[in-house]
Amino acid sequence: MNNLNTNAALTPEQEKDINEDIRWAKINEDVLHSMESPRGAYWLSIIVCLALLSLAVIAEIHQYLYGLGEANLNWPHMWGLYIATFIFWIGMSHSGTLLSAILHIIHADWRKPIYRFAEAMTTFTLLTAMLFPVIHLGRVWNMYWVLPYFSDRGIWPNFRSPLLWDAFAISTYLTSSALFLFMGSIPDLAIVRDSARGWRKKLYAVLALGWRGDDRQWRNFRVAYLVLACFLIPLAVSVHSIVASDFAMSIMPGWHITSFPPYFVAGALYSGCAGIITLFVLLRYFFRFEAYMTIPILEKTCKLTFAIGMVWTYLTFIEFASVWYGHNAVDKELLLSKFSGPYSIWFWQMLFCGSVLPFMLAVERFRRSIPIMFVVSILLNYGMWLERWMIVAPTLSQGYEPFAFHVIFPSWVQWFIVAGSFGWFGLLFLIFVKVIPSVSMYEVKEMIYHRRHLAHKDLSTVMHSRSASAGGNAAAAADPRRTPGTPGLEGA
Amino acid sequence: MSLQNIIENWSSYRKGAEQGGHHNYEHLWGMVIDLNKCTGCGACVTACYAENNLAVVGHEKYSRNLGMNWLRIERYWDEPDLGEESVAEYQHHGASFLPMHCQHCSSATCEPVCPVAATYHTPDGLNAQVYNRCVGSRYCSNNCPYRLRYFNFYSYYEESWPAPLHMQLNPDLTVRDKGVMEKCTFCVQRIRTAKDTARRERRKVRDGEFTTACAQTCPTSAMTFGDLLTLHTPGGGVGETEAASLWKKHQVELGKSRQQKQNPELRGYRVFEGLNTDPRVLFLERVREV
Repeated sequence: MNNLNTNAALTPEQEKDINEDIRWAKINEDVLHSMESPRGAYWLSIIVCLALLSLAVIAEIHQYLYGLGEANLNWPHMWGLYIATFIFWIGMSHSGTLLSAILHIIHADWRKPIYRFAEAMTTFTLLTAMLFPVIHLGRVWNMYWVLPYFSDRGIWPNFRSPLLWDAFAISTYLTSSALFLFMGSIPDLAIVRDSARGWRKKLYAVLALGWRGDDRQWRNFRVAYLVLACFLIPLAVSVHSIVASDFAMSIMPGWHITSFPPYFVAGALYSGCAGIITLFVLLRYFFRFEAYMTIPILEKTCKLTFAIGMVWTYLTFIEFASVWYGHNAVDKELLLSKFSGPYSIWFWQMLFCGSVLPFMLAVERFRRSIPIMFVVSILLNYGMWLERWMIVAPTLSQGYEPFAFHVIFPSWVQWFIVAGSFGWFGLLFLIFVKVIPSVSMYEVKEMIYHRRHLAHKDLSTVMHSRSASAGGNAAAAADPRRTPGTPGLEGA
Repeated sequence: MSLQNIIENWSSYRKGAEQGGHHNYEHLWGMVIDLNKCTGCGACVTACYAENNLAVVGHEKYSRNLGMNWLRIERYWDEPDLGEESVAEYQHHGASFLPMHCQHCSSATCEPVCPVAATYHTPDGLNAQVYNRCVGSRYCSNNCPYRLRYFNFYSYYEESWPAPLHMQLNPDLTVRDKGVMEKCTFCVQRIRTAKDTARRERRKVRDGEFTTACAQTCPTSAMTFGDLLTLHTPGGGVGETEAASLWKKHQVELGKSRQQKQNPELRGYRVFEGLNTDPRVLFLERVREV
């Protein structure tokens, strides 16, 4: 963690996304090494995550035994931090799809060293988010009633309910993104298999699904990967639109807002990108990935985050404007109360973190500083978490019925479970990055290969090597023991 | 809601409340509350607690807004901005009382949002809550603009009726455990009993044969409960119930979000009519000396 003094002239290493002279065997070596001996901070993080998770387990047991009133939920605050944090985690899941699917399709190759962990983030944030609708249910033990299973009595769930759409959308998204994550790792799992020993060898042999890296496998792999990527993009958009429908489909002021679906999707991408920056910094440190997770890649991620942040800011003000000019007295009163009422402390923090702070990302000096970006990314996500809370709570505190105006602060039970969700996510994520290569080896090789040739405008060489290796030795990319030779990778 | 039923009756399912909805109602239970008569005494609330096995949650929990009062008397001030000195004589400055229980909206906002369809409209026109089916997502309560749904945040029954008070529980309906939403049912157990008796005696349910606990208890008879569709008189004739005639008299019609009254002096109104939830409770405005 250095690079605070960015005034000095930049060396080529600091300008290029990746060192193009890095040997392929070295890539394998570095990534495989990350699965063996991370820094001590890694283990420290595991302990912190376990501690947070145990807090949540205590709180959940307490809530289960005594009732939801212990969480300081009441009439009219039927929902609270659980639903807010649920939306937050669903939102976090969107960045993985952005990096791996959208940027894959538009051929932005700088994503390659960082997309694997972003995809893992997608899967594990969804697994975290799915806990919350369950935790918040009054009768958890009957949660399967929400699913349309065949019942002897012909009882079905209510297909008109946005909560049911949630169940469908999230489970579809989770299945697809987990499949996408796994499929994208197969060539790397084969590399791990080739160098592993003992029971690990058996494990990775199963996971690699018999990957040999021959030409036919690569071609099929490419097509399947592209198809899944195209499938995932509309899913990602639909998932958060449907979560937005939980609110937009209701009748309550502050919830019944037409612009919520795009607003939620923008917010999701925003917090997801900020989450990527946080994890980028952590992984880079834990696994000594300085050669792959480079400052220029961080910069590009920051620029992307800034752009999305501005979209989010725009949509936030659109929401205010549509309420303001809508002249619905109840809606308007709620909006004013957000700015000046009991929740105003949180609301102004949200506006600051969501709309003002991202301007830090517009300054190159800050963008290139890892400690600053680490702190800023966490604050951005703090703002986005507040945004979700500021959607849920103020409407409940001040709806239509004046007699039910009431403000309540969540109790320790809610806070512990929210904290525990970070522990749960962290634990899943940290275990994953140790077990599965968190930098995509084969895609980094692709990136280096193409950069090396395209950067030197040596197009004829590229074209030549492509045609020459059509039947070729693509497996070299996946197998460290073969000589690299001329790879025949298409795409990138 | 079988698939065949949906396909065959698709056009009627597409009907909104304005076109009479998609139900062929057998009854349409509704209510009229005359605020001129309401003194805010709270007898109806007590009656509701006794009739419907409502849990008594205690002072501490009630102050945390965990009460289970299906029927509540809301108190509002006409001139809340008057100075401190007026507080002593506030009655002259217009304390008004509004008894609020489930409005049994014809297009109820709570119904479509329940993921397990635990709340639905019965052929009686009631907004029913099936405790056994409820999983406690609480979306219905959040989507009720009147905030008339109450959730069992604790197992209240454990402390609510210490022996021998449990002997006073109404055996006609259940005691709810934690994790379940509940709300006013228009005393559905009384409706059921009346319908069963009528069926046994091979006749229709008569107006005034029974009423809800709150209407029965009201010392000033401010509440009138009845079928808004038809009246079957003791003699076997068919006409209008008292409740239905009051609705007609005050020119308030179901299925409309804006009423066309010929006489602006008429006092009838429904709460949040503009939201188009089509509530089934008619309030008659209080008239006061100016």
